[in-house]
Amino acid sequence: MSIEQNEIAKIAELARIRIAGEQIGQVTERIAEILQMVEQLQAVNTDNIEPMANPLDATQKLRPDIVTEENRRDAFQAIAPAVENGLYLVPKVIE
Amino acid sequence: MHTNSVAQLIEGLRERQFSSVEVTQGFLDRIDALDGLYNSFISVDASAALHAAAAADKRLATGEAPPLTGIPIAHKDIFCTDGMRTSCGSRMLDNFVPPYDATVIQRFRAAGAVMLGKTNMDEFAMGSSNESSFYGPVRNPWDTGLVPGGSSGGSAAAVAAMLAPAATGTDTGGSIRQPAAFCGITGLKPTYGRVSRLGMVAFASSLDQAGPMAHSAQDCALLLNAMAGHDPLDSTSSCTDTEDYCNALDNNLQGLRIGLPDEYFGDGLDSATGECINGALRELEALGATLVQVSLPHSALTVPAYYIIAPAEASTNLSRYDGVRYGYRCPDPVDLHDLYTRTREQGFGDEVKRRILVGTYALSAGYYDAYYKKAQQVRRLIKQDFMNCFEQVDIIAGPTTPGPAFALGAKSDDPIAMYLEDVYTLAVNLAGLPGMSVPAGLVGDKPVGLQLIGRHFDESRLLNVAHRFQQATDWHLRRPESAAGPLTGGAA
Repeated sequence: MSIEQNEIAKIAELARIRIAGEQIGQVTERIAEILQMVEQLQAVNTDNIEPMANPLDATQKLRPDIVTEENRRDAFQAIAPAVENGLYLVPKVIE
Repeated sequence: MHTNSVAQLIEGLRERQFSSVEVTQGFLDRIDALDGLYNSFISVDASAALHAAAAADKRLATGEAPPLTGIPIAHKDIFCTDGMRTSCGSRMLDNFVPPYDATVIQRFRAAGAVMLGKTNMDEFAMGSSNESSFYGPVRNPWDTGLVPGGSSGGSAAAVAAMLAPAATGTDTGGSIRQPAAFCGITGLKPTYGRVSRLGMVAFASSLDQAGPMAHSAQDCALLLNAMAGHDPLDSTSSCTDTEDYCNALDNNLQGLRIGLPDEYFGDGLDSATGECINGALRELEALGATLVQVSLPHSALTVPAYYIIAPAEASTNLSRYDGVRYGYRCPDPVDLHDLYTRTREQGFGDEVKRRILVGTYALSAGYYDAYYKKAQQVRRLIKQDFMNCFEQVDIIAGPTTPGPAFALGAKSDDPIAMYLEDVYTLAVNLAGLPGMSVPAGLVGDKPVGLQLIGRHFDESRLLNVAHRFQQATDWHLRRPESAAGPLTGGAA
């Protein structure tokens, strides 16, 4: 399976990771090697095999739908890059 | 004192041969004097450690102190520690001081242990050599030109060099067992779900598991007693009963059936490493075990299946690092898109970015069935192989790694060669089984690890086999020469 530079650029955009122009060639090469290695899976017959998401085939445990957490907003905001009046600050989104 | 095992330190503290403050100061002095050589710690807070040690001494004086009271332990820098930086080896979290403790940390605090510091690791636990850390590589105490393994390389090196009597690690594809093997210590990856993942920075959530790293199986059992158990705050943690993991240590091995998978003794195994493993197996046979040839026919598919599943889960987990709520933020973002993309460009290292991109690709529209679903199906086949073996045998044994520690820089530019380092350990995570690495010999001056794999929740039996092996051998008592530094003998 080969992968083109424009596909890597698209994936990087989906993952919200900037890749500098001069690096895209090398990144593409490395990822192509990995995709080639995982290609071995395609040769395996997996008809009627249920995909396994949890190694113990455990299902999600549920709890009563009641509030169990205390409000620690101040502690969480104290470690944010930028906050004001209890809000997280980001660059202007709407002009 | 630094040469003592955890079990010996527990006894000495209770008999007042020394205090926790003395023991803790002794290890802090060793870190100070020797860690320039290894770079095994990212953060050390000596005053907090001594404060906890003084509190432990008070508790010990009352005669009613929990088992690990006063024992200094190093924690991998992946466990959130309230008020102390938790970097996960990444620039992204270089400034991250968590407002809460991971459950593992809480449990050690409740058990009376003293936190010595936070150990170096591959960035976000992605690596097998500790070279991907933002804080620089860790060096192997047996030969500082070699890697210590990864990703829990700081924990392994710190224990091997006697800078800490024991440490915590995490293992997603071999990250406890492989560095334990490379550094000549004992490490246990418990069954998936045995130890809470709350507050443990997530890499691949269906594979990640925390476990103990120490000199002996007995010490690992003592630590696991503190770590294991259901956590209502981690919905994947198991409700299966825990046990006292020290209880079965001395059981004899008469009649134990040990499976040797053909696929773990093939062409990829270094011959000198293979000889050490065979020597260890003969020792187990002499202790009463029967060796049985078995097969894990899908072994060749574990590396490809893992390198879809782990990156896919990582790409999802690491989407939380957005430069908004905590961690790194790029300077002067012009808009929100720029903030996200440059924060993640600058905050993550190459290997982490590579895995996020592979995972994003495998999960993207049109490729999901061919990659992710396929890998999940193969994962079931791999687990089924183990379940079939466990109908014939009690445990499985083989090498932890294809060879001993390699030179720093030897594989850092070749991701696939690095991935193949974990060829014998990845399947254990895919199947959710418990696995151990036990010192089993030396190739020259380089340690070799014997891997033991058990049935789900059969940690006690692994620890029992490892303990009996360690009663009959002294590989786990060997110490690297570089650690016999200026403080040998006199310290603490």
